[in-house]
Amino acid sequence: MKGANKRLGDAYLALVFLFLYVPTASVVVYSFNESQLVTIWSGFSLKWYRALANDREVLAAAWASLKIGLATACAAVFVGTWAGVVLNRFKRFRGLTLYTAMINAPLVIPEVIQGISLLLLFVALQEATGWPERGMFTVWIGHTMLCVSYVAITVQSRLAGLDESLHEAAEVLGATPLRVFFDITLPLISQALISGWLLSFTISIDDVLMTAFLSGPDSTLLPMVVFSRARLGLNPEINALGTLFIVLVTVGVVIGNHFMLKRQHRLDREMSLALSQGGRGGGDGSPAVLQGAQDESTTRHRPHSIG
Amino acid sequence: MNLRAPAWLDPWLPSGRTLVIAAPFAFLLVFFMVPFAAVLKISFADVRMGVPPYTPIAELRDGALHITMNLDHYATAVTDPLYVGSYLYSIEVAALTTLLCLLIGYPACYLIARSDPSRRNLLLMGVMLPFWTSYLIRVYAWIGLLKNQGLINGFLLGAHLITQPLRLYHSNWGLLIGMVYNYLPYLMLPLYAHLVRMDTTLLEAACDLGARPWEAFFSITVPMSRRGIVAACLLVFIPAVGEFVIPEILGGSNSLMIGRVMWDDFFVSTDWPSAAAATTAMVVLLLLPIAWFQRIQRREMGSG
Repeated sequence: MKGANKRLGDAYLALVFLFLYVPTASVVVYSFNESQLVTIWSGFSLKWYRALANDREVLAAAWASLKIGLATACAAVFVGTWAGVVLNRFKRFRGLTLYTAMINAPLVIPEVIQGISLLLLFVALQEATGWPERGMFTVWIGHTMLCVSYVAITVQSRLAGLDESLHEAAEVLGATPLRVFFDITLPLISQALISGWLLSFTISIDDVLMTAFLSGPDSTLLPMVVFSRARLGLNPEINALGTLFIVLVTVGVVIGNHFMLKRQHRLDREMSLALSQGGRGGGDGSPAVLQGAQDESTTRHRPHSIG
Repeated sequence: MNLRAPAWLDPWLPSGRTLVIAAPFAFLLVFFMVPFAAVLKISFADVRMGVPPYTPIAELRDGALHITMNLDHYATAVTDPLYVGSYLYSIEVAALTTLLCLLIGYPACYLIARSDPSRRNLLLMGVMLPFWTSYLIRVYAWIGLLKNQGLINGFLLGAHLITQPLRLYHSNWGLLIGMVYNYLPYLMLPLYAHLVRMDTTLLEAACDLGARPWEAFFSITVPMSRRGIVAACLLVFIPAVGEFVIPEILGGSNSLMIGRVMWDDFFVSTDWPSAAAATTAMVVLLLLPIAWFQRIQRREMGSG
């Protein structure tokens, strides 16, 4: 009975994953199809990749999107981390309710709303001051707004899961708040920062609505090109482009995940080692994460006070 | 590092703490809240030919301040059948999407949360990976499956289950399939996080006391994961109401959701005031679910 139930469960999960992955797999398979009619297989060919490599519109748009994506990811991680740290460290200040609302709401607010309202802000601003022109800058701000909340929430939940005693230890050892942040907090949440950066990059690279509302005549970005072609139906070149995308992202995530897990294991091991030694009341085996905070303060404080 | 302001300035300078809080606060205020003021302003304006394509609300003429507020666009936004129909249709599609996602996703999350830890991580990554893959490409991928000569129809025809290809691409069915497919991971991740944290001793107790697995599931697991269910559903429902790309690529010409109407107001008929009024109407419509979501998120953060 139990075995039958388990097999039923496995079959169900398999079906759900089939639903999640068959569409993307079909994009990859048909990108190697020779036929112009995407869904009718006529033989293996790389011609759509060649066509893609010679498609100036796609290449130019991809280059522009790459730049916006990099700038967005960096800005979103910078602002989002700051916002997330404030959310976690300061439990009480005037406007806290509004602040949390402004971080949470963009997660769910439909993008049309955010896109139109940001555009109208920029237009009203331009009317009043002559700046900013719609273009790369406004798209950059819009994309950053889409991603900031994700980063802030990831950072705050990662911080909430951390051991407070590390921060306290650093403060006791005489580190300034800024130093505590750069030497303790930042390394500990680096995993959240990396995943936030990658997520922001992917959001930026295929966002249609914000891009459509905020881009000017000078900038055609990749999502606009893909969207306008997908609207017309199947297009083997888009299959090839999608395959490149999927391969890149999958490899990136799998490798990133592998290293993050490894790092996490190491941190956990060092942490438990340090705590167990601290519990026994001594030893110099301080965890690597505390090393930075210590090297300066050891002369004034005894490192044994950590335990 | 040792930049110090003169001592007499001290009472006038904000403390470091205030500055640290104020920076992200101001950023969000300027780029998230203030834009809504711009929307409100333009929703009261009139359409005109020119740049920008709307009239000013306040004008200084002959030394007198003239304020013209046009309420027509609001009247249209709440009475015009095109608008009202699209709100209702958007809500219907979003609600159906949420329900289907829940029906498919809940058992899957439950199974993942109850599987052994080594397998769990792999399965979880399987749910998360679509997040990282291009959303646009994943929606596009469905064209190849839904078309008359596509994979689904090919399979069904080949298995002699149907004699005529089903019309899926550019139809309401295609739209719904695309929506469920795209929003499923959004539902599964928060739900999984809830289910995996759940205390299983209660379940064991129920089973020890003779409850059948199904009874235990409905009387313990479901009530205990209620907050997770609500949060996950709102995370799907609210953005789904404003979805634009999926109906545009997979839906039919009669699948008119509100996002499309706003887009057309903006880019096709260049009627910005109407688009702004529709935006306001949509915000009002979604205010309650958003407030609900906020409350749950705040509690999560407090307890997390």
